Amino acid sequence: MPLPLLLPALAGLAFLLLPLLALLVRAPWRSLPEQLTSAQVWEALRLSLVCATAATALSLVIGVPLAWLLARADFPGRGLVRALVTLPLVLPPVVGGVALLLALGRNGVVGQWLDTWFGITLPFTTAGVILAETFVAMPFLVISVEGTLRAADPRYEEAATTLGASRFTAFRRVTLPLIMPGIAAGSVLAWARALGEFGATITFAGNFPGRTQTMPLAVYLALQNDPAAAIALSLVLLAVSIAVLAGLRDRWMTTS
Amino acid sequence: MTRSVRRIRRTGWTGRSLRTRRSLLSLRAPLRALGAGAAALLVLSGCSSSDTGSDAAKSGSSANPSGTVTVFAAASLQESFTTLGKEFEKQHPGTKVTFSFAGSDSLAASITGGAPADVFAAASPTTMALVTDEKDAVGTPATFVRNQLEIATLPGNPDKVSSLKDLTRSGLKVVLCDKTVPCGSAAEKALQASNLRLTPVSYEQDVKSALTKVELKEADAAVVYKTDVQAAGDKVEGVAFPESAKAINDYPIALLKNAPNPGAAKAFIELVRSAQGQKVLTGAGFLTP
Repeated sequence: MPLPLLLPALAGLAFLLLPLLALLVRAPWRSLPEQLTSAQVWEALRLSLVCATAATALSLVIGVPLAWLLARADFPGRGLVRALVTLPLVLPPVVGGVALLLALGRNGVVGQWLDTWFGITLPFTTAGVILAETFVAMPFLVISVEGTLRAADPRYEEAATTLGASRFTAFRRVTLPLIMPGIAAGSVLAWARALGEFGATITFAGNFPGRTQTMPLAVYLALQNDPAAAIALSLVLLAVSIAVLAGLRDRWMTTS
Repeated sequence: MTRSVRRIRRTGWTGRSLRTRRSLLSLRAPLRALGAGAAALLVLSGCSSSDTGSDAAKSGSSANPSGTVTVFAAASLQESFTTLGKEFEKQHPGTKVTFSFAGSDSLAASITGGAPADVFAAASPTTMALVTDEKDAVGTPATFVRNQLEIATLPGNPDKVSSLKDLTRSGLKVVLCDKTVPCGSAAEKALQASNLRLTPVSYEQDVKSALTKVELKEADAAVVYKTDVQAAGDKVEGVAFPESAKAINDYPIALLKNAPNPGAAKAFIELVRSAQGQKVLTGAGFLTP
């Protein structure tokens, strides 16, 4: 084990774990049962889980085909499109929220037509939370799936089509099972990112308990006047994240 | 900085020479990496030491302030304090005023968490108490202005909002500040005083976020401060309501205990409380204490 690798590696590990340890050390263990039985905590947690799952589902429906397009279709400007798809990864989430408001808000570029034609307004609704989370989380899924697609041998699909399968059947029966580990890994990443989403959500969907107040928003607002409650909420979010990531890792991600 | 450059050159040289002596490579390579790491650290510390150099120049007395003053101020003070900051820099050449504008509660949390600020100007005594309770302020905070609530509606008031009660109409999208922020607790006080129940579409994290939702026409109305309505110009229309008299906020200002630049900080507080400062603040719509 070379020392110049081992020491920074241990420092890196300590750096990542120390804040989480501090959370445990300073947790108000005595008042914790009381903190965690409040209805607001469970409302926020339920909303977080529902929205993160819905955002992941939406990402799968539109993200996997997008990844396929980027990996398999040859069109001019593909590099640029790929860069644009990954933009939400580097964009500050609050900027994403503002952009969503300008696009899908009641007075937005597209949003005003949604409002006049269908009577749909997205800001301040749970659907708005799901959209904000999808916007931020989907690139993780697209990147992961696209990478797996590139590594997968296209000759399997070609063989399937020469044997009479349509392109779509080949995708469904051959490509999709082939890239399942990538899809699973990407979904977990996207779900985790959606669960922790704060900036885009509070900007686009606002903050209302039970409707748009997810756990990160509840933690942020609790921190202002009741730090003990904020720590308790953080612990719940931490426990949920660890449980889900560990659970999924055992089931799907060991093969990847 | 020159030392670190020399270090990089030297490690570069040993690196090249080592390639001829492969047997030693496994032993020396870690050392080489350490050398490069140390060089990087030297570069980093070199950069930060230039900052501490300017820090040393910051110490100044109230009579002759110099250096940077860091002011944490309530979001509603943004326009008037920015004006006062420029005035301060003009009056005291060589000074720089940097602001952090946010919800008072969030600023208070940063200060008690150890943020390096000189001055805290809060939008309510309650949020100031979060700081004084932790003994993070020097002396007793002084009230320097007061602020009254107003309803901000879309330009031209298309929904014909004329009272606080009108905001409870169904179908009207109203945003309030969160109860943890002064404008939120004031709005709640006003609503309670008039026995009204209002379900907003969102509780925003500070007064400016609430106002922005109306400016962007995402919400039909917001309960914000008179000063915010005035600062927004013709992007919103203000509607005064009598119940706001029951929820007037006192704005306290205080010098912070761990102020990096207490001298200049005191001078800034003096400017805010001076006749000139009060003129700027009342011009922005604040009430005198």
